[in-house]
Amino acid sequence: MGPVPGLRGVLATRVETARAGLIRTDPVTALGKLFRTTTFKLTLVYLTVFALFAAFLLVYFALNTRRLVTEQITETVDAEITGLSEQYRQGGIRRLVAVIEGRSRRPGSSLYLVTTFAGEALAGNVGSLAPGILDKPGWSETRYRRQEDTESAQHTALVRVFQLPGGFRLLVGRDLEERERIHQIIVAAGRWSIAIVLILGLAGGLFVTRRVLHRVDAMTETSRTLMAGDLSGRLPIAGTGDEIDRLAENLNIMLERIEALMHGLKEVSDNIAHDLKTPLTRLRNRCEEALRGAHSETEYRAALEQTIDESDRLISTFNALLMIARAESGQARDNMVECDAAEIAQDIGELYEPLAEEKGITLAVEAPAPAPLKCNRELVSQALANLVDNAIKYAGPAAARPALPALPPPAGSDETPDHETSVAVAVPCGTADAAMRVPRIVVRAENSGGRVLLTVADNGPGIPQADRAHAIQRFVRLEQSRSLPGSGLGLSLAAAVAQLHGGELSLEDNQPGLKSIIALPRDGPVQMRNETAGQDVS
Amino acid sequence: MAIYEQMNRQPANGRLSDVEPERIAMRLLIVEDDRDAADYLVKALREVGHIAEVAHDGEDGLAMALDGDYDVLIVDRMLPKRDGLSVIGTLRNKKIETPALILSALGQVDDRIKGLRAGGDDYLPKPYSFSELLARVEVLARRRGGRGEETVYRVGDLELDRLSHHVTRNGSEILLQPREFRLLEYLMKHAGQVVTRTMLLENVWDYHFDPQTNVIDVHVSRLRSKIDKGFSQPLLHTVRGAGYMIRDGAR
Repeated sequence: MGPVPGLRGVLATRVETARAGLIRTDPVTALGKLFRTTTFKLTLVYLTVFALFAAFLLVYFALNTRRLVTEQITETVDAEITGLSEQYRQGGIRRLVAVIEGRSRRPGSSLYLVTTFAGEALAGNVGSLAPGILDKPGWSETRYRRQEDTESAQHTALVRVFQLPGGFRLLVGRDLEERERIHQIIVAAGRWSIAIVLILGLAGGLFVTRRVLHRVDAMTETSRTLMAGDLSGRLPIAGTGDEIDRLAENLNIMLERIEALMHGLKEVSDNIAHDLKTPLTRLRNRCEEALRGAHSETEYRAALEQTIDESDRLISTFNALLMIARAESGQARDNMVECDAAEIAQDIGELYEPLAEEKGITLAVEAPAPAPLKCNRELVSQALANLVDNAIKYAGPAAARPALPALPPPAGSDETPDHETSVAVAVPCGTADAAMRVPRIVVRAENSGGRVLLTVADNGPGIPQADRAHAIQRFVRLEQSRSLPGSGLGLSLAAAVAQLHGGELSLEDNQPGLKSIIALPRDGPVQMRNETAGQDVS
Repeated sequence: MAIYEQMNRQPANGRLSDVEPERIAMRLLIVEDDRDAADYLVKALREVGHIAEVAHDGEDGLAMALDGDYDVLIVDRMLPKRDGLSVIGTLRNKKIETPALILSALGQVDDRIKGLRAGGDDYLPKPYSFSELLARVEVLARRRGGRGEETVYRVGDLELDRLSHHVTRNGSEILLQPREFRLLEYLMKHAGQVVTRTMLLENVWDYHFDPQTNVIDVHVSRLRSKIDKGFSQPLLHTVRGAGYMIRDGAR
């Protein structure tokens, strides 16, 4: 019975403690958060580096000072020994003893000792020495006591023992107290300075970290509201132009793009609803009508053909939408290769030239020089084809007619394909205005700085300035063109293709007419930020 | 399709619908998991005289393709058990070179490239029209034994020399633009077979997008005016609801 509840008890307590521990961490979070920040960690690293550096500097300084002082001492001692041994050579031991007696009495004097070969002191101011010092000639460090000192006083000195001719030994030395004092001062200074470095560094680090943390917290706060679905918010910018500001600016650009995309998506779904549901309704109505009214086989056949016709149009609209979606999402970036825009212009011009001619439009290609660029040939061709197709639809004599209500869908279907006949048909049907101008389309490919421009210019009615930006948006078909076939996606597809390549589509006045320009960077798309920078320039 | 039909309603000179392509019965395997779509295909193919068998998943399709002797495989890309590209890849690894047409809802250029790299011979995005599918399947079947790398193509009294780029009809030379030459070359390579507008756009112009307008028709009618004008026997025919065909009508 005993051990089991006991064990349970222990476990329970442990769990309690653990819980308590978990709870206890909560109030610390603010400080813990501070310690976990990158800035604070960086501060610590810098602090360590600086402290180590300061310590190294002090050690270096201390060692050098010590060496300098020692050098000075040895020089003095050497000089004295040279002088004293000279005295000895000239005047013998007596003179040496006399000189030493004299020097010993001077205040702050060096240490002197002259002994016989047996170690008996003859002259000097040394009271006692560490044993055995006199036996080894040369330099040594020793504890000593002066004659006038009390028993307890002990000093350290650097001494040199010199063997004089005749068995006498001469010891000259200097006290090391000065050297030790300098050393102590340096050590003390070192301790203080490292302590100050640590305290100031830590305080500074905390201060900077808190400031940065404050800004980052503000950014986190904003991003939370953004994530909650409100895409209109923007990250705060302090205006200091530092890396956090740059980050915030770039994130804001990203947010703008996301917002635009989201907006686009909403618009697309609205437009899809409209532009796909309308033909679907027509389709359905037609089928119902056929079931209700038509009885002859020809009538059924006609109804079915119209149904197929309508569904084909639906499919092509749908394909164009998918293509735009793909281009806008950047998925087709993988297939970019070196192409020649001049060749693309020539090929597309050649593809559409007979059609233009049939409609009484002159189509010319101006691409004299190669214009190499990195692109997806298929997509760029399609974009250019759309622009040419547009120009043919809206610039031709048919388009110049003041909006006739609903022509049968294929505008050119009645005309025979032969050139002579088509011109004959085209001229009379235009108004006086249209008859005056010769409809003309120019497809141009040219180099312009680091970019390649693909231009389609016509001399048709053009698009009013106010409507141009509008025209690039999906599904927008200007009022006058409602009667012509097409999904209305041509321009927006061209714009999406240009954007995919890091370029842009612009519409300009051709005086008269419309000039559509696809400008593409020669080296293909770069990073997103450069892409926006490029758009700012143009 | 029907858009084109309306556009191509030719002046009544007898060029339309009075020509039938030279059809040889084929044995086809359809690998398609949507039973309705598969049944529709089988029925439609039978109507024009071909025999079609159906497999409803990738594993069955692979087993049938390995066992049976088919002229062309029609393989849906997304299939249960084993996807279409893997079926074709496995066949190619086993040195079975039966031409394969891939059907797919993924119709973008890069999907197409992926499909052809996996060993497919042609790629048709859904939704497709039956006439497009039929034309492509027939061209694929003919590729096996038909007109390969002959240097001179002949249809009636029309001759095209692929090396010297000379085109003559009834002995007199016809001058063609380079693209018109390629257009005629492709049509003559598949003489007696229906060639759709999309096939022309893909094979003559190397574009895989929908140009939305009848550009190809205008090119073909230009070509027609060069080779048929002034001759009592037209060679270049419009096949209603499908495309074009070059054929010696006298035979």
